[in-house]
Amino acid sequence: MRRHLKLLDFALASLRRRPLKSWGLVVVYAFTVAVVASVLLLTRAIREEAAQILVAAPELTVQRVVGGRHEPIPLSYGDAIRGLPGVMGVEARFWGYTYDAVTDSTITVMGASEGLQGLEMIEGRLPTTATECAVGAGVAEMWGAGTGGEVILVDAESTGVPYEVVGVFRAPSEMLTNDLVTMTSVEAAVFLGLPDGTATDLAVRIANPNEVDTVAAKIKRAHPDSRPITRSEVLRTYDAVFHWRSGMMLAVFSGALVAFAILAWDKATGLSAEERREIGILKAIGWDTADVLELKVWEGLTISLTSLMLGLIAAMVHVFVLGAPLLVPVLRGWSVLFPELRPAPFVDPYMLFAIAFLTVVPYVAATVAPSWKAAITDPDEVVRG
Amino acid sequence: MVLGSLLAWAEIEVVRWRTEDLPGLRCLVGRLGLSDLAMWTEARYARHPSQADLFAAFQDVPGSPEHFPAGSIVPPPATLSNGPTQLGISEPPP
Repeated sequence: MRRHLKLLDFALASLRRRPLKSWGLVVVYAFTVAVVASVLLLTRAIREEAAQILVAAPELTVQRVVGGRHEPIPLSYGDAIRGLPGVMGVEARFWGYTYDAVTDSTITVMGASEGLQGLEMIEGRLPTTATECAVGAGVAEMWGAGTGGEVILVDAESTGVPYEVVGVFRAPSEMLTNDLVTMTSVEAAVFLGLPDGTATDLAVRIANPNEVDTVAAKIKRAHPDSRPITRSEVLRTYDAVFHWRSGMMLAVFSGALVAFAILAWDKATGLSAEERREIGILKAIGWDTADVLELKVWEGLTISLTSLMLGLIAAMVHVFVLGAPLLVPVLRGWSVLFPELRPAPFVDPYMLFAIAFLTVVPYVAATVAPSWKAAITDPDEVVRG
Repeated sequence: MVLGSLLAWAEIEVVRWRTEDLPGLRCLVGRLGLSDLAMWTEARYARHPSQADLFAAFQDVPGSPEHFPAGSIVPPPATLSNGPTQLGISEPPP
């Protein structure tokens, strides 16, 4: 044990003798870990949050599809669906979009049934009359309109309609309500120009989750032009969107991994003349090959673990404290009303282990391999180069 | 130690979120019937990816380049990789 501690002490002293090189390596290594960990932490946190919140979404959403496009669905479809065994209730949803040319933003308009009062996530209340609305934090900020203020929205007939803001959705719900304007269902249908007796789609509540697919099949049989979307499909969509293997996140993630691979490769392809001379001298004064290798393992572990810790700290601060400012431009795209990213800090121990395994093991291996090559060579030859 | 404190803080924060925010958020989703996150507002299929037409990303011209950056984040449905997706044109048999 004492021998191992002495070797560790020697390794630390050896790293301290080359502060610029050691710290340079730690900074580059930690930055790479931070990029990889930031992508994984952010996508995992949003995915987990979406999965936990959207579990309350309707078991089935039924759309009508005409010519491959989503069209308003007749309310009579809902009456037929209500009669199916296992269906607890059917609610018509009135929602759509309106473009605001002043701010260049697209706003989502949604009807809220009367009687939906007492929501915890709203400052104020939901609208009860045709001239009232409740808005998301993004809309409120963009229009500078809090409770008691006014917003003017362009309806289906291209007319600006003023609405009094009677409620603003609270900040924790920003991921769901940032671009939302809710009005009464009747007013939403008129505002969006939905034909009489139709809704945007139908939300179907089913008592037994095992019956969802059966009910969906029955709806599809009864109304071949309908498209039932199950809640599990919604959850799968967000699981796929925020999986690290998807789209642009993979590009950022693989870029960082490639940078790390180059760093490890650079280490693996050779030692500096100074390092070779050091190994030669150690061998010449009587060190075993095993001692030299252990010394190099300690050096590699010290650099790796320091960088890993610093990288993980930087990633957690970047994602959960600062709101991932370096990744938001990648995620944001052309969205004008993009919510502030403050996901709950879900950290998966398995993920941390994976990051550690992906970075520490290859680096230590890359440090030891060339040292082993130098350590088994004749010391005289190594020192003379 | 700093990392340990951050991990402990994350755990506490998740517990707080689960007890304080989550019930309210689930209530909001359930009562308003929300189906999607309000993240991308640049296109219908980006604002409501779970409700989009099956070929929404190509609705203007089949095979056209993606218009919006968010479309690069939303991958194609898994079902697309489960079979041949290419259309072929061949001579009818004589």
